[in-house]
Amino acid sequence: MSNSSSQPIRFFHKGRVVDVSDVRPTRTVLDWLREDARCTGTKEGCNEGDCGACTVVIGELAEPGASGAVGGLQLQTVNACIQFLPTLHGKALFTVEDLKSQCGKSVDLTRHDKHAVRELHPVQQAMVECHGSQCGFCTPGFVMSLWSTYEHHQAQGTQPTRQQLADELSGNLCRCTGYRPILDAGQRMFDLPAVRLDTQPVVQALTGLQREGTFEYTSAAGGDDRFHAPKTLAELAALRVQKPKAQVLAGSTDVGLWVNKQFRPLGDILYVGDVTEMKVVEERGDALYIGAGASLEDAWRALSQRFEGLTDVWLRFASPPIRNAGTMGGNVANGSPIGDSPPILMALDAEIELRQGERVRRMPLVDFYVDYMKNKLEPGEFVQGMAVPLSVAARRVRAYKISKRFDCDISALCAGFSLLLDGDRVKEVRLAFGGMAATVRRADKAEAVLVGKPWTQDNVNAAKLALAEDFKPLSDMRASAGYRLQVAQNLIQRLWLETRTRDALPPEATSVWSAMPHVVQPATTEGA
Amino acid sequence: MNKPIEALLLQPAEAFADYLKNAAARIDVSAEAKAQQDGARVGISRPHESAQLHVSGEATYIDDIPELAGTLHCALGLSPVANGRLTGMALDVIRALPGVVHVFSAADIPGTNDCGSIVHDDPILCSGDIRHLGQPVFAVIAETRDAARRAAARAKDVLTIETAPPVLTPREAHARGQYVLPPMHLERATNEGGARAAIARAPRRLKGTFDVGGQEQFYLEGQISYAIPKEGGAMHVHCSTQHPSEMQHLVAHALHLHANEVHVECRRMGGGFGGKESQSGLFACVAAIAAHKLQRPVKLRLDRDDDFLITGRRHCFWYEYEVGYDDEGHILGAEITMVSRAGHSADLSGPVMTRALCHFDNAYWLPDVSMHGYSGKTNTQSNTAFRGFGGPQGAIAIENILESVARDLGRDALDVRRTNFYGTTERNVTPYEQVVSDNIIDELVTQLETSSDYRARREEIATFNAASPVLKRGLSLAPLKFGISFNVKHFNQAGALVHVYTDGSILVNHGGTEMGQGLNTKVAQVVAHELGVGFESVRVTATDTTKVANTSATAASTGADLNGKAAQDAARQIRERLAASVAARHGGDAASVRFANGKVQVAGRTLDFTTVVAEAYLDRVQLWSDGFYATPGLSWNRDTMKGRPFFYFAYGAAVSEVIVDTLTGEWKLLRADILHDAGRSLNPAVDIGQVEGAFIQGMGWLTTEELVWHPQSGKLTTHAPSTYKIPTANDCPPVFNVKLYEGDNFEDSIHRSKAVGEPPLLLPFSVFFAIRDAISAVGDHKADPPLRAPATSEAILDAITAVQAAAA
Repeated sequence: MSNSSSQPIRFFHKGRVVDVSDVRPTRTVLDWLREDARCTGTKEGCNEGDCGACTVVIGELAEPGASGAVGGLQLQTVNACIQFLPTLHGKALFTVEDLKSQCGKSVDLTRHDKHAVRELHPVQQAMVECHGSQCGFCTPGFVMSLWSTYEHHQAQGTQPTRQQLADELSGNLCRCTGYRPILDAGQRMFDLPAVRLDTQPVVQALTGLQREGTFEYTSAAGGDDRFHAPKTLAELAALRVQKPKAQVLAGSTDVGLWVNKQFRPLGDILYVGDVTEMKVVEERGDALYIGAGASLEDAWRALSQRFEGLTDVWLRFASPPIRNAGTMGGNVANGSPIGDSPPILMALDAEIELRQGERVRRMPLVDFYVDYMKNKLEPGEFVQGMAVPLSVAARRVRAYKISKRFDCDISALCAGFSLLLDGDRVKEVRLAFGGMAATVRRADKAEAVLVGKPWTQDNVNAAKLALAEDFKPLSDMRASAGYRLQVAQNLIQRLWLETRTRDALPPEATSVWSAMPHVVQPATTEGA
Repeated sequence: MNKPIEALLLQPAEAFADYLKNAAARIDVSAEAKAQQDGARVGISRPHESAQLHVSGEATYIDDIPELAGTLHCALGLSPVANGRLTGMALDVIRALPGVVHVFSAADIPGTNDCGSIVHDDPILCSGDIRHLGQPVFAVIAETRDAARRAAARAKDVLTIETAPPVLTPREAHARGQYVLPPMHLERATNEGGARAAIARAPRRLKGTFDVGGQEQFYLEGQISYAIPKEGGAMHVHCSTQHPSEMQHLVAHALHLHANEVHVECRRMGGGFGGKESQSGLFACVAAIAAHKLQRPVKLRLDRDDDFLITGRRHCFWYEYEVGYDDEGHILGAEITMVSRAGHSADLSGPVMTRALCHFDNAYWLPDVSMHGYSGKTNTQSNTAFRGFGGPQGAIAIENILESVARDLGRDALDVRRTNFYGTTERNVTPYEQVVSDNIIDELVTQLETSSDYRARREEIATFNAASPVLKRGLSLAPLKFGISFNVKHFNQAGALVHVYTDGSILVNHGGTEMGQGLNTKVAQVVAHELGVGFESVRVTATDTTKVANTSATAASTGADLNGKAAQDAARQIRERLAASVAARHGGDAASVRFANGKVQVAGRTLDFTTVVAEAYLDRVQLWSDGFYATPGLSWNRDTMKGRPFFYFAYGAAVSEVIVDTLTGEWKLLRADILHDAGRSLNPAVDIGQVEGAFIQGMGWLTTEELVWHPQSGKLTTHAPSTYKIPTANDCPPVFNVKLYEGDNFEDSIHRSKAVGEPPLLLPFSVFFAIRDAISAVGDHKADPPLRAPATSEAILDAITAVQAAAA
């Protein structure tokens, strides 16, 4: 085992840069906090990124001029339970323990000990005043999600709507309060005297941690396993060819569970989260290009700005911490039949861009999946990005996600539709479904029934029948086969109701979710 | 189909209320401020006593306690099959794994291999019979938690099991006559011939079946115990539990110790909801056995998935019923069979079924009724307490029946409900022969009907539905009556200790446990009120079996009723001693000494409370006291199922409005209005927190929270929050009007307040029945929707399809 090139993991925590070199590469941020740093404010509720009790905020240096930045930092919530510690290298970690220290000291004369005590941060004070905690176990996670919201809105000079607060808190489960008092606190915190994070020392520390080249980490605790975090695409491509068996890691929103729940050894890890070029989201020629390392949040925002009908699936894809950590490239490469990106991307005629060493090739996403969790990636190859033709914006686009719960639920099925009419005839139609087969794919037979035909109830009925030929879905804990097929058919009906040439129904008449007045955040600067 | 869209479909939904409106609508801040100025410490919405610690991450849960040197970690090896016989364990394979210090199984338990709370049928570790998939078979103790979990996960490789097909559903168990307890029957005949004859005589009859799913507690803090061996073989266990005394007994039995050698302590739980009443026992026992064997501290903290696979939850119920009624909808006779999924052992299934049978009446006079309860034995986790404890399962059955009756008669369901309400002077005896002497349901429902604008909205919804082809709205008002006290008389007792120190600061300890419900807050308020001091003078400490002995579980909503009274008793004794002492020193009559706002008024003088305390100490006055309380007037005959099991009843009602998508079964709660009876509330903010939390939690039970066991393997496939979906912030209705009903408890409860933990769990029945109402609109209210609970989108679409078929 060669340890020579290993470097300590260095990150900003509690006002200083810490060095860690004795943990295995898959040590989670949560375990490090609780067991090594003895910061027990951050809690473990599920150990899989679904409950939010472990919510922490990660700070990175913002690109100059980036919108959404807070005093030179990009701050985003993540689930500490599924983030591996080496991914913090060069970043800042904020936890619930950091909030009171931002406030002044004062003497609370009502206390008998009369010791100087730190005041509560406005986020914390609002939670107390609004009775936002009962058992208190989820509370630190809520406080950190609220703090992220607080800092972002303070930086912009705005305040969130009640709906925005609910969307921001969708990854935090509370079993006691029923949420109303927490949403109240989310409003109340802006009416208290402001306390802002002093980002200057953080920016300074992170600037000092900037590096060129690949970060390499290995430790005795992790045996031979190496963690590689390249900075450039070229480094990544070379490493990928060198180590075709290494586990590619981005947001670890799935891989984290392999470790936490299945104890799966990962071997060498190729972390793509520091490859700036991979995070690009920009228009290139006649397509929107989404780098495979772009976060789900950035990717969905860009798609939603260009194509109609995607807001719900964006917000419902996962919680903010998961959308901040996870990547659309990861969701596509993972190839789960219940991933929500592929059906939408297929409806948008997206191409996938694969790279192996210097070789870059593209193929339609519909051709990428071979079978259950199998795709056309060759050894040493990786997903570099996706490209969505802008011309598709001329079509009517719809994304319908069906799950037990509105927020953060794995789809029973997810439909991506696009439709171009020529007069009353169907010129082009894409009916793509997740959750209906071993891979996400399009309903070829149903599409064939519709193309070139008038967009009428009769033809829609014929397409619904054909859909039963396209898919033989499974029954599982999310839905029965019968429900999946019936709803898939009914979603084509919904598409027709919303787009028929006469008396089309507005979403208010076809979706119960239209009752929710979502306000989505403006774009961050693309091309970051 | 292609008719133009009506303008009313495009009206925006009602906007969210903001926080100022929410606060003002719920709590009368100025009245509370005035009362507090006048010296009151109860009836005040002070924040949770730990709120500042919660929000700063400084509140200590058991996993946050700094570990002692040498602490080891435990994980459990679970059965990979649901039914069968354990024939071999290759535990040496596990012992050889990295970091493993020790592995033990049932044979190594020094005392009794049992953690059953009532019936002793609950092995700590498998002793041969495999009873469910996830049953603990062996325990691994390792240097780290990670090493222990990795080793325990190898269970499937080292266990040899002769497998048998599992019995998974209550109906299957019932068909086989397989129960964990003997059947229960609760019958009342007002007229000749009882229920059967009343049904036969009735002008109208209906029969049916109904399914209601179970529910996972999903306390955010999973089960955890940390056992520390003490001198002389004694054991100290930090356990996240609602029932420290029970843990003490179970650990003592498992280790073959006396109760005085086992010390159990719990400062707070990160949620309990009933899941830590009996079922914290297995983990307390395993940790204690390991700590005893190795003479090192051992912590057992479950991973969330293991918590789901090992522990039980709310019982799912299957019902078969027949009722007879008249043209007004009066229920004349009712017969119902309820079968619960008890799981593999009795646990608390008996009391749960008793409460279900005692709540089938809910708020209604049922003259002739015959109820039969069966606790089905299945190869699943042993079901246990969960907020409501069978009450919701009993009450929802009659509510479902009344909905069907209303549909049959073409009457508004509210009118049929009101027709059947208990009377105040007649028609006021429950099937178990308790007189309902505090009935306020009619007045409460009338208030809510008005404040929620029920009738006008009913009409608006009909207009909307007539115009809307895809989306349908539904509305429902659901009332509740809930009996307060343990059905087992002797559990209705509590003790407390109050210490006044010479600096005037006060420490309270009582037998109840804090799981977020604000019990410690309320008890501290009671003590502060009694002694006339500020909230900040009173501190409540961890529940501890070495302080107050022989405590009851913090359950059945009785925490504040019992422990509040006990603490009041203790504080009052101290106050009386202080009054005597201060009167002796300063003159005047002890009876006219007044304690308020940190001051003591005696013989025309005003002294600081601290001065009075300091003087009393010098005068050798006992400044600490115990207190005790036993609920008066209770009786219960288990064999006849008659008596007065409840001290009083709590009431409430909710109106919910939903919108349902008839193409997908998706739905959303648009508005909820609640009026709930907490008596003279000790802390309105805390009580409203209980009401709203229970409403959302109960809504989850009846809608998105679905438990699915694999039909062949018997594995619970919904064993994590990724697959088991509790409500999120977006499920909280945008319009949420919640108020406490104005009125005292008729009984002499602590400051005339009422218990509030469980009753509001029944409020979200209104959500379920509003969904049912929206589905009914699909068939123009002619067909009765066969809606099961949980009303997942799939269940809703199934019911819509059935209604469409019936209408076609």
